Amino acid sequence: MLFLPVFFFDYSSSVSILCPLFSIMTQALFFQYLFAGISYGVIYAIVAIGFNIIYNTTGIINFAQGEFVMLGGMISISLLHFFPLPVAIVLAVVITMLVGAMIEIVFIRWLDSPSVLRMIIITIGLSILIREVALHIWGESIRSLPYFVGNELTTVAFGPVRISPQVFWVVGVCGITVVGLSLFFKLTSVGREMRACSANRTAAILCGINTRNMVTLSFMLSAGIGALAGCVMSPITYTQYDSGTSLAIKGFTVAILGGLGNSMGAVAAGILLGIIEAYSVAFVPLAFQDAISITILLIILFVKPHGIFGSSDAARLKEF
Amino acid sequence: MKRLGTKIILGAAAFCMLALPVQAGTYKVGAIFAVTGGASFLGGPEARSAQMVVDAINKEGGIGGNKIELIIKDSGANPEKAISFAKQLIEEEKVLAIIGPSTSGESMKIKKIAQQGKTPLISCGAAEVIVNPVASYVFKTPQKDSFAVKKIYAEMKKMGINKIAVVAGNTGFGKAGKAQLTKIAPEFGIKVLAAETYDKKATDLTALVAKLMANKDIQAVVNWSIVPAQAIIAKNMRQAGWKVPLFQSHGFGNIKYVQAAGAAAEGIIFPAGRLLVADSLPDSDPQKKMLLKYKHDYESKYKEAASTFGGHGYDAMNILVAALENGGADRAKIRAAIENLHGFPGIGGVFTFSPKDHNGLDIDSFVMLTVKDGKFVLYNSK
Repeated sequence: MLFLPVFFFDYSSSVSILCPLFSIMTQALFFQYLFAGISYGVIYAIVAIGFNIIYNTTGIINFAQGEFVMLGGMISISLLHFFPLPVAIVLAVVITMLVGAMIEIVFIRWLDSPSVLRMIIITIGLSILIREVALHIWGESIRSLPYFVGNELTTVAFGPVRISPQVFWVVGVCGITVVGLSLFFKLTSVGREMRACSANRTAAILCGINTRNMVTLSFMLSAGIGALAGCVMSPITYTQYDSGTSLAIKGFTVAILGGLGNSMGAVAAGILLGIIEAYSVAFVPLAFQDAISITILLIILFVKPHGIFGSSDAARLKEF
Repeated sequence: MKRLGTKIILGAAAFCMLALPVQAGTYKVGAIFAVTGGASFLGGPEARSAQMVVDAINKEGGIGGNKIELIIKDSGANPEKAISFAKQLIEEEKVLAIIGPSTSGESMKIKKIAQQGKTPLISCGAAEVIVNPVASYVFKTPQKDSFAVKKIYAEMKKMGINKIAVVAGNTGFGKAGKAQLTKIAPEFGIKVLAAETYDKKATDLTALVAKLMANKDIQAVVNWSIVPAQAIIAKNMRQAGWKVPLFQSHGFGNIKYVQAAGAAAEGIIFPAGRLLVADSLPDSDPQKKMLLKYKHDYESKYKEAASTFGGHGYDAMNILVAALENGGADRAKIRAAIENLHGFPGIGGVFTFSPKDHNGLDIDSFVMLTVKDGKFVLYNSK
């Protein structure tokens, strides 16, 4: 009985908030939310793809993935003082790839069949290490690359809906990355060797594949993709020494949601999560936005732990 | 026996090292700042500014021949760390006074510790609760939150705005600001039509802007947060083609944030201390000389733009120096000396402390500024 008045109060107040919203939820607003959702979602997806690459060859989750994104953004911003934008981005990607390779060689390569837990702890440690180093190099201030086209105010209008051109860059880079990666893994011999590593490491070694080099390569690849993502999203989201952490959490949610190791799944899951987050703003206070994505992660982990797009048979063969 | 001998020597050596800094001729002062972590945009400049004051005084030979030893502790904006540092500084280091912490949350946690330890604390946290109710040993240098809110609302009345939306980040600063904004609004006849909180690490606020924009009654938006969200909200509003005025908190007072928001920062209105427009103040302004000196010293030493936040640390250190000059090496006398400071020009305003007012500033310590051509200028509403 004690709760009843409270309940009534909440109910009436939420109805009074929601009613005008339903009537206001015009077509224009519908599409504005949709595009906002897609632009969030693609950013999450591109981070998730980085998780997937390393997972695919090593079977571990690299929790320092978000830091690769931050490094890409930060390095390109610093290089912009000396080079034009495209060169700065390419160099930033290359440097981050080298950092990725170095991390693998120094911290992971010499471990003899490490357990999943040990690898996770190592990558979490690495993420803290990279963040602290970044704090010492770049300080605590926020930075960003300039918009690739136009400036902060430039938008492309689709009827009543306006979208920043940078969103198209993010979507485009994400699309090219996904297609490029699947071609790489399917068609090239290096790509096939990397997949073999993941499927059965012992068999891969017996076939003459240098599995250690493949793992290094996967770290380089995911560092490069993370860095590229960090560059294209920097004008929208800004880059700060600790901006990798929150991106990694969202990216991880999306990677799980789409089924670990499945890049196409990651894109679909990313956009799905982004759209859910965007529409949730219309119905619940914004403060609950992150609660929604974490709730989805928990539900998926309980109900369908191999992800919406993952296969349960394949998941059973994996260690983690 | 040989081992025992070594231990004794080591122990004696350690004792000597401990004992050395306490010798006569040194004023030991503690500082707790969030040099790293989420509030590093406050703590970084504050620590550097305080250090700058100390370096300058020591170079000149100290206060009456006594050098100042500043012990800076980095709390990372973590209240638990602030508590243990405060205890360490008071009980082990036996400092004469503590400046900082950077955030209101930390300051509230150590308010009682400083009071019980009878050690003067000059906080750089903005919240009013730090000095209200007054604790006799606790002071603060930043202008009160409520002054910023009142200044904004007064400006809105002049512009004929009375229906607004409030958005805030989910930090202590954002929450306190949102509470003040909704509490004080009725005093000015202003209606808050929507109040939203977003994650401090939000990367895009397009959906929020779309939601607010759908409400045609909203005449202005007030955003209360720290970087990077305060730049993101400005960008997303302008990208959506929403033309209503955007007011920001006094947390916008750093030219770096204007650079971050780029063209979207144009026309943002916010309250701030006079530092940001020091050049354009009339020569009769009591703060002008101080402001220009701070700006010049800080910028030439650290090669970055001076901010009002660094000014809070600068003020705290300068107030303490003035109190040391008048009070000497005694905690109770320092406390009394601070309370007796009248008309002391600083970066945040002209400080006049009293037993009832441990902030010492009034609402006119804020001026309304706007961004024009990527620079801060005084805002003149028509």
